[in-house]
Formats: sequence, structure tokens, C-alpha cells
Amino acid sequence: MYNSIVLVKQVPDTANISGKVMKDDGTVNRSKLPAIFNYEDKVALEFALRIKEKFGGKVTAVSMGPPRASDTLRECLFMGADEVYLITDRKFAGADTLATSYVLAEAIKKIGNYSFIFAGRQAIDGDTAQVGPQTAEKLGIPQITYTEELIDVKRDRIIIRRKIDGGYEIVEGSIPVLLTVLKDAVDPRPFSAKRVMAFKGAKSLLDLEKLTEENSLLYIDKLVHEYEEKGLLIKTLTTDDLDVDPERCGVKGSPTKVYKVESVVLAGGNHARVEPTKTALSGLIDQLMNDHIFG
Amino acid sequence: MNFSNEVWVFIEQRDGKPADVSFELLCKAHKLAETMEGSVKAVVIGDNAEEIAKAAFCYGANEAMLIDHPSLRHFRTIPYSRILTKLIEEFTPRIVLFGATVIGRDLAPRVASHTKSALTADCTDLQISDVTYLKEKFPRLLLQIRPAFGGNIIATIITPDVPVQMATVREGVMELSLLSQPNPVKITKIDFHPDPADELVRIIEQHREENKVNLKASPIIVAGGYGLGTKENFRLIEELAHTIGAEVAGSRAAVDAGFVAPDRQVGQTGVTVRPKLYIAVGISGAIQHRAGMQESQKIIAINTDPEAPIFDISHYGIVGDASEVIPAFIEAYKNKLK
Repeated sequence: MYNSIVLVKQVPDTANISGKVMKDDGTVNRSKLPAIFNYEDKVALEFALRIKEKFGGKVTAVSMGPPRASDTLRECLFMGADEVYLITDRKFAGADTLATSYVLAEAIKKIGNYSFIFAGRQAIDGDTAQVGPQTAEKLGIPQITYTEELIDVKRDRIIIRRKIDGGYEIVEGSIPVLLTVLKDAVDPRPFSAKRVMAFKGAKSLLDLEKLTEENSLLYIDKLVHEYEEKGLLIKTLTTDDLDVDPERCGVKGSPTKVYKVESVVLAGGNHARVEPTKTALSGLIDQLMNDHIFG
Repeated sequence: MNFSNEVWVFIEQRDGKPADVSFELLCKAHKLAETMEGSVKAVVIGDNAEEIAKAAFCYGANEAMLIDHPSLRHFRTIPYSRILTKLIEEFTPRIVLFGATVIGRDLAPRVASHTKSALTADCTDLQISDVTYLKEKFPRLLLQIRPAFGGNIIATIITPDVPVQMATVREGVMELSLLSQPNPVKITKIDFHPDPADELVRIIEQHREENKVNLKASPIIVAGGYGLGTKENFRLIEELAHTIGAEVAGSRAAVDAGFVAPDRQVGQTGVTVRPKLYIAVGISGAIQHRAGMQESQKIIAINTDPEAPIFDISHYGIVGDASEVIPAFIEAYKNKLK
């Protein structure tokens, strides 16, 4: 039996940025971008699910983000996660990787009882690849990054293949260990139709609180209990639930500051247009020969 | 607060060979240290790595700290991060630079986390500047410049409140140049004591192939993009490269489409090159690609779309279909040789 915790992130779809989401000052209007499940984190979840199927155990998905990150956690349930946690608090907003890993590590300590932590190598909105290693460091456990293939799990050890510069290596890591995975490592399974039907109504504490505000006949404690019984509760952890120092969370706990943001400006128009004719091309080649680039 | 003015570079080695990026970073560190009136220290970790430490003085190091031990032959996160963490805590350098390689991106975040330092990944430029941020003045901060949001914007990151500013930089982004006169060698050897925690992750076997393709060393590169449409059309690129004695490269889209091998990819997630001549064919010129080639001395763009952004950074632009332009170019070139 090996329990896994999977770190997942909801990210703006940066691959599909169109003119509409760029503000006049060249910055990106995040709210205009569709939010998606960071793909490498889906691969991480697939690793955890395969370990569960082969060796038994439980898979817990954890996401830090705004309330709408519940969508991503619901998708984790659709894929096969047993339990999901939303780490959310206004005080966590604006966190860089140092503050994010601090809160994630505290949440993982609270959840406890794990052999593996899986995460995508990096998220497409920042491409830093830092949160995985920094979370491992804060938990005081080893890390294995750039995982390409799971080879075996034996007693208290996991054997994997990982990418290195110019090749690969096979390494053996002691449990507990944090692993970050590459996008081509495995194909994440599609959502199971049965699980979509079963879990599409999963709700976070924040969602349930909203329901009780709208309907005075509902009692929050009873509602939470009902949802938990049915496995439909997206558990929520806030500063009240975690033993965190507010000075190390969110903007306050983030040493990196964005000083300037510029949209990419091209010099533009100062190139020489060469007609695609033999004479013109011949002239271009002469020019390059004069510059000692050719010949 | 009084900060140090030391710039450190982690010198990466694989199988006892130094990584190019580490020496590139030493060259950059040398320039940063000049502006800061500071000095450059190389941190060399390995087994029998003294020669690597000596080489660092040709690229800008004023001092090298050498941690030499048989168990440090191959990079492993825990002992390497323990060494760096301890050194950083002891000496508090102002800046620490790492290559944005697999090793650097594994090591740097772990060290930054332990020392509570700020770390910016994949910088494409680094500068020293006095900064006013939220009405407060900060002298000589490290500006960490990198593309963000899928390359749609360029962000300048600063870390004004911490003593140690860290960054990773990809290979090829900073220029490699030997000092006209190497600095005098000054190597400080630092003891290493293995720890049981070092064995928590063990390397069972390692396979590494010499990179057969060396785009960085080629003075002329002909690169094709998705705009070529088919693998057959991509042959034109190979033919042109063969004729003029160039290496073949491709954009990420061309690699994804299977036109060209991944080790020939130029761009942010591929290789960064600065050849004498770069010929971009059927490449629209997304920032991710430009990031890998815009420092080329001369750029020729061939594209059917006159509005393609690649023309904006080109010296010569040819609007036309590659299947016509390339054969004409080859013919014109061959005529010159007659």
C-alpha cells in the first residue's frame, strides 16, 4: 500500500493567448484566459493512479488557488482521485514559488500519511519548475525531478528513469519522496463517464457556504457532513486550518517582485526586402560573400 | 542593510567535463561584478575537478571554491544542495547563478528554498541597476529579465528584500568569451563529509550520449518551420544547408510535426544559437523561436506571409514560397562557385 499526494494547478491557457487578453499596457488580463488543468500535473496524477492500481493505496489531489480551482480538483475526481483538497485563502494570493511551496508543505504535513508526492515538472503560466523541489526541501524529503518512467516500487524504495542533460539515468529513491514528472512520461487517462456522473456535483466548503446563504433551511455542518459521506466534498484548507506564519504566505512571503512588464516589441521594418528573383538573390549572395559570411 | 558584492556561479560538470553554460555565466558574472565593484567566485563540486576550477579563471572567476570528493562525481540533489546551502549561509553572496539545465533546475530551487533566497528561472538577460520600487530606493539590484506567460510578455523581476539574489539562465543565452588575460588562480579547497542522507536517492545507472549535433558551433544555420507544410518540403532545407555548408535546424512546430529531430530545435525550449548567418524558412517568428536566434549576426527570412513577425528581426526578407525561392537561391549560389 502506497498513498500518494498529487500537486495540481489550475493555470491560464497561455498557449492560446489572443489579442483580446492583452491589455493596452501589454500585460495579460488573466481573468480573460480560459483556466485549464496544467497538463504535466495530469500526468503526475496518472502516475499516482497507476501506483494505486498496482500496489493499493489512496490518491489525494491538492491544489492551491482561488475558489475556481475546484474545477481542476473535480477533474481529479473524474480521473480517479479518492480525495481532494483546495488550499485557498486571500492571504495566499500573489505567492511566488517560495511562498507557494511553504503553504503546500504545511498542507501536506496536515494531510500526512503519504509515500509519494507527485507533481508536474512545471506549470505553463510560469515555467519555473521550482515548486516541486522547494516543497520537498521544506518537507525535508528527497526529490526526483524530470521523471520519465516508473520502473518499480519495492518495499521502501521507488525505482524510476529520469531525464538528464544528454541522456537518462535510473535512480532509486527512499520513501517518502517527491517526484516531478515530464509531460511525455505517460498519457493521462480520460475522465471516466461513470465518475463524471458520480462526482460532477462535488462541492467545496465555499460552495456549500454559498448554498446555505441562499437557503436558510440548510445548515452548513449538516450539509458538509452529507457531502463528505457521499464523497462529494472538496475539502478546504485556509489559514485557519494550517499552522502557517502569515508573513511567509502570499505576496508578503514572496521575495520576487515584478518590477516591469513589457509586451514584446519588435524593431520592425528595418530589413532589406529581397525579391525572389535570380538577379536579386545573386546580389544577396554577393553581399554575404563581401561580408565574409559565405565563401 | 549592508550586502556583499560577490557574484557566485555554480560550475556544473558532467562526467568530469564542465558545462558550457557555466563558463558563459562566468563571463556574465564578470560584467555584473564590474558594475557592482565586486568579485566573481566559482563554486566547483565534483571528483578530481581541480582542472575545471582552474579553467574558471580564464572566463572571469577571481576565486574558486573547490569541493572535491569521490562521492561527488555525479550530481545528486541532496549532497550538492547541502554544500551550496552551507556556503551561502556562511558567506551570503549577493548573486548566485546556475545554468537552467536539468541539474541547475533541480538544484537551484532546493538551495533557494533552504536559504529563503529569491530565485528566477530561465532569465534571458541580467543587469545591475539602481531601482526605485514602491517609493523606496534600492542600489545595485539584479534585474532578472525573462519571458513570461508563454513568451507573450517580457518581465523584469527584482528581489529587493533578500540578501541573496539567484537566477538560472539557459545555455547559449550569454556570450562566451575568454578574458584577454586570465585572472590569477586562487583556489580554496573546502572539506566535504558524506552524510547518510546523501544515499536517500541512489544512481543505479547512467546513460549519456555525446551530442552529435552541435548547432552552437555552426557559423551558418538553415532552419525550417511549420510553414514548409510537409516533410518532403523540409528536404529543401537540407539541400540548401548542404549546398552552403550549414547545419539544419527547426522551430518547435517543425520538430513537433516530425520534420526534423528534436536535437536540432532552436528556441526557448531548444538550443540558443548566435551564428554568423541564420536563414529562417517558413518560420513565422514566435518569441519562443526568436529567443533562440535573434542574436545571430545576419538573419535572412523566407516566408510567404509578408506580415510574419520574423521579418521584423531580419536583415534580409524574401517574401515567397520556399519551393521556388530555395532552388533559385541554390542555383544562384552554385553559379558563384563556377
